[in-house]
Amino acid sequence: MAVASKPLRVLVGKVGLDGHDRGVKLIARALRDAGMEVIYTGLHQTPEQVVSAAIQEDVDAIGLSILSGAHNTLFRRVLELLKEQDAEDIALFGGGIIPDEDALTLTAAGVKALFGPGAPMEDIVKFVQGLKPQG
Amino acid sequence: MSASSLGLSMRDTHGVAILAEQVRAGNVRAASRLITLLENHPKDRAVVGLLDDTSREATVIGVTGYPGAGKSTVVDRLVGFYRRNGLKVGVLAVDISSPVSGGALLGDRIRMQEHALDREVYIRSMATRGHHGGLAQATGDAALVLKAAGYEAILIETIGVGQNEIDIVNLAHTVVAVVAPGLGDEVQAMKAGLLEVAHIVVVNKGDLPGTDHTLRDLREWCPKVLRTVATTGEGIPELAEAIAGHQRSRGVRHVENARDR
Repeated sequence: MAVASKPLRVLVGKVGLDGHDRGVKLIARALRDAGMEVIYTGLHQTPEQVVSAAIQEDVDAIGLSILSGAHNTLFRRVLELLKEQDAEDIALFGGGIIPDEDALTLTAAGVKALFGPGAPMEDIVKFVQGLKPQG
Repeated sequence: MSASSLGLSMRDTHGVAILAEQVRAGNVRAASRLITLLENHPKDRAVVGLLDDTSREATVIGVTGYPGAGKSTVVDRLVGFYRRNGLKVGVLAVDISSPVSGGALLGDRIRMQEHALDREVYIRSMATRGHHGGLAQATGDAALVLKAAGYEAILIETIGVGQNEIDIVNLAHTVVAVVAPGLGDEVQAMKAGLLEVAHIVVVNKGDLPGTDHTLRDLREWCPKVLRTVATTGEGIPELAEAIAGHQRSRGVRHVENARDR
């Protein structure tokens, strides 16, 4: 059985009000199929819930899908909370409809990667695989 | 917590001892990190000895049963019940790892959102990583970490797919099996497996047709059968009382003793 002794753990969910979870479910499945342990938290999460869950689950990365247009506020809030909790080692990445301009400022603020609607699943999986598992 | 525990290795005995001390002080991040270390190094368990604290007691409750019977919702409701009684509550939710990729999709938290921001509730998803018996290899150690961190009620949700889920019997003081009405064949199968080891059987979704039949059927086999509707909370206080009654009848037991028995 192909179990890595230190599988990457990734929290995947949606923050904010939009209810479109098809993409995020596909990503959760693709990451699982790549051998990762994916904690799927579902819809309508607040940044506070996401960060609290990420710490309890000791994940290596958080992947958030935001299609509501509130990406600037929400991603920044998650980064802020991670910093407050001394948990900046957890990599934050995301997906959604995010204008290039916003993507640039968000990555400058600390979001590790952002993937648009047309991004190949392979790229997302490769990005997460490039992160190092803890302990 | 300090970033010094990042990338901490089990071989760093000093670092691990500091981490154990932080766990005992109730530091959530330290508890999370230590559970990860124990998951990743299941044979390297010396740290468990540092967690032992006989002044702390925890009740360990196992919740098992087939997928779709409502285990996570029952667990969610029990968390709410114990929180209202002022207990710190830990949840270990175990799901199966894919035998193909080794990955896992862990979704039990979805049904436990109500407690997401409660600082006195800790929820951890664990994947089996190829371990058989219904739990992950490190689930018992994770329960010890939570006990050391001061969690007083520890709920363990098993993967719930088969008859071979016997690990939970050795770990939990009380085992609750959750079934849904109308699962005729599955209940038949459970009679030969889980139901033999469950101390309490819950017929959840007890507002569905067929509930009375299932209750009658199971009462011929099991000493304690209760009806719940976990989505509304109906029957949960009775379940908590049955769990307490079972534990009274057996005397209070420490987690590590339960492991060894």
